[in-house]
Amino acid sequence: MTMTQQSINESSAAALGARDVVKARRKASRQRFTTSFRQNKSGLLGLTILLVFIAVAIGAFFIPASSLDVTQVTADPFLPPSLQWPLGTDDSGRSVLLLVAKGAQISLLVGFAATMLSMFIGTTVGIVSGHYRGLTGGVLDRVTDWFLVIPYLPLAIVLATVLGRSLLNIIVVIGVTSWPGTARLIRAQTLSVTARPYLERSKALGAGNLHQMWKHVLPNVMPLVLANTTLAVSISILSETTLSFLGLGDPTAISWGSILEQGFAAGAISQGAWWFLAAPGVCVVLTVLAFNLIGRATEDILDPRQETA
Amino acid sequence: MALLTDTPARTPSAAGGGWANPSIRYAIKRTGAALSTFLFVLIFNFFLFRILPGDPVALYTRGRNVDPESIRALEAKLHRPIGQQFVEYIKNPFTGNGPSVKYNESVWDVIGPSLWPTLLLVGTATIIATIIGVWLGIRSGWNRGERFDVVSTNTTLVLYSMPEFWFGMIMLIVFAVGIGPIPGMFPTGGLSDPGVDTSSPAGWVNVAWHLVLPVTTLAVIYLAEYSLIMRASIIEERGQDYVQTARAKGLMDKMVRRDHAVPNALLPTMTLVFLNLGFVVGGAITIEYVYSIHGLGSLTVDALQGPDVPLLQALFLLFSGAVIFANLVADLLYGYFDPRVRT
Repeated sequence: MTMTQQSINESSAAALGARDVVKARRKASRQRFTTSFRQNKSGLLGLTILLVFIAVAIGAFFIPASSLDVTQVTADPFLPPSLQWPLGTDDSGRSVLLLVAKGAQISLLVGFAATMLSMFIGTTVGIVSGHYRGLTGGVLDRVTDWFLVIPYLPLAIVLATVLGRSLLNIIVVIGVTSWPGTARLIRAQTLSVTARPYLERSKALGAGNLHQMWKHVLPNVMPLVLANTTLAVSISILSETTLSFLGLGDPTAISWGSILEQGFAAGAISQGAWWFLAAPGVCVVLTVLAFNLIGRATEDILDPRQETA
Repeated sequence: MALLTDTPARTPSAAGGGWANPSIRYAIKRTGAALSTFLFVLIFNFFLFRILPGDPVALYTRGRNVDPESIRALEAKLHRPIGQQFVEYIKNPFTGNGPSVKYNESVWDVIGPSLWPTLLLVGTATIIATIIGVWLGIRSGWNRGERFDVVSTNTTLVLYSMPEFWFGMIMLIVFAVGIGPIPGMFPTGGLSDPGVDTSSPAGWVNVAWHLVLPVTTLAVIYLAEYSLIMRASIIEERGQDYVQTARAKGLMDKMVRRDHAVPNALLPTMTLVFLNLGFVVGGAITIEYVYSIHGLGSLTVDALQGPDVPLLQALFLLFSGAVIFANLVADLLYGYFDPRVRT
């Protein structure tokens, strides 16, 4: 935590003022984090894989629309991988390599956006329910419990069915179904922060509820939120793949899940067109694995007691 | 109740107003929580399909050609006051939304025959995954950091990052269709060959043969999670004082592990097997779809394409109810075996 080791001595702190002390302390803790992360091999491996996929997603903006248009491609369908078609072709003769590169955009976008939403809901609910005990906290805690127990995929399916199929809706569906775990975690951390003396002091000085939550609780739960975010992105990407595979994604967008749906519907299995199904799946596995590796590395660094590796 | 009257000290105290016996208080609290969750699901399941802007009739008939007479019937049904509809629904939550629009039958008649394939598939896969997962977890957690642990943890981490239906499709393409030198050996889908009497011994063999691929797929995906949990649990127990004591007594490593650490580490894992039922349900939905097994999962995919709203609502209620019940069982068992949580 940021409070444990103070690298600034008290006399210079007085001269600098409270804000600068906090800034310097946070900078020092960021530096400590970067140094430790550089020494974590699996974390670096995850980061490398992720950067490659982000580069691919950016590069995919330069793919001409005609090469992904089923009416304009000329290659035969279900061609196995060759020099000309490194990952083969799909059921309408499009290059699977280009499809998969294009799919990286939507899969990563939905993964990040849904995670943002989920983290926002989870952190807000967690802090508020931990800060206001009594009725508000009790109700929020109950609601968290409900969403924690309800099976995830059936809930996502009914929500997606009711909302209809679009890019925004799939982000909303994943966001509003995946927050309760975060809320649980953040609530526990908020409870422990609220019990610390400096919050007592802040209350005694007349700080309002909003000030306490925003200025004191939030900065303290933030490292936990960030560590949890990387793990949450992997869940979001897996969810997007599953929902798109079931036909609940945006029908006009190409994502790894929708390529799998298209391949399954076009009979890639009975055709033995393994490249058509293997390529998007391997991308999902590598990306999810990358986020899991980064998340575990972050957890190890932030909380050395709980060693996972 | 009779038990309580025998021991006056344990009757509810006037001041506290609660049950003095912590076990009973714990059980009542957990049951109450489960009931509140189910009540929430009941209400959510009703209002979700009505609260959105737009005509509910449009949602019920989306993607289908419906004759004007049926539309009028639906309008008559769905345009009634919401309170009246809700009362009818609460009286009979499964069939209160009307018959399945796709099959034109009561939702129970549609769901009934799909129940057994799902239970057979998920049950077999869970049992196999638990046994292998627990064994892997014990072995790698006890010898943490050794070669076996590194290989097994990395493998489970990769499996954990895999969409289960994708793994299922790859299994199908390799072992049922066959690629390169590998011939297709297993059936590509279904639970039995057409015309096979599944109640005869020959029929059972046929069903078992059909189950090999889907059960393997699900078991491999599930065991990744169970072994990770068991591993973490055994690592925690290994550092406890009582394990140290057992060692100090001069017990063999194998005995310390088998008789001291494992029984304690098993408890959280077994609870998590129950708690994970929600995750198991998700796997069943996509795997049944990929392997064309006509269970609840395929039915769900069928119901969402269309959509068949009454059937979808009934399935959501069924899945949620089952998971809530399994959670309650896990909570109560945990409370029974580990008195520390009953506070």
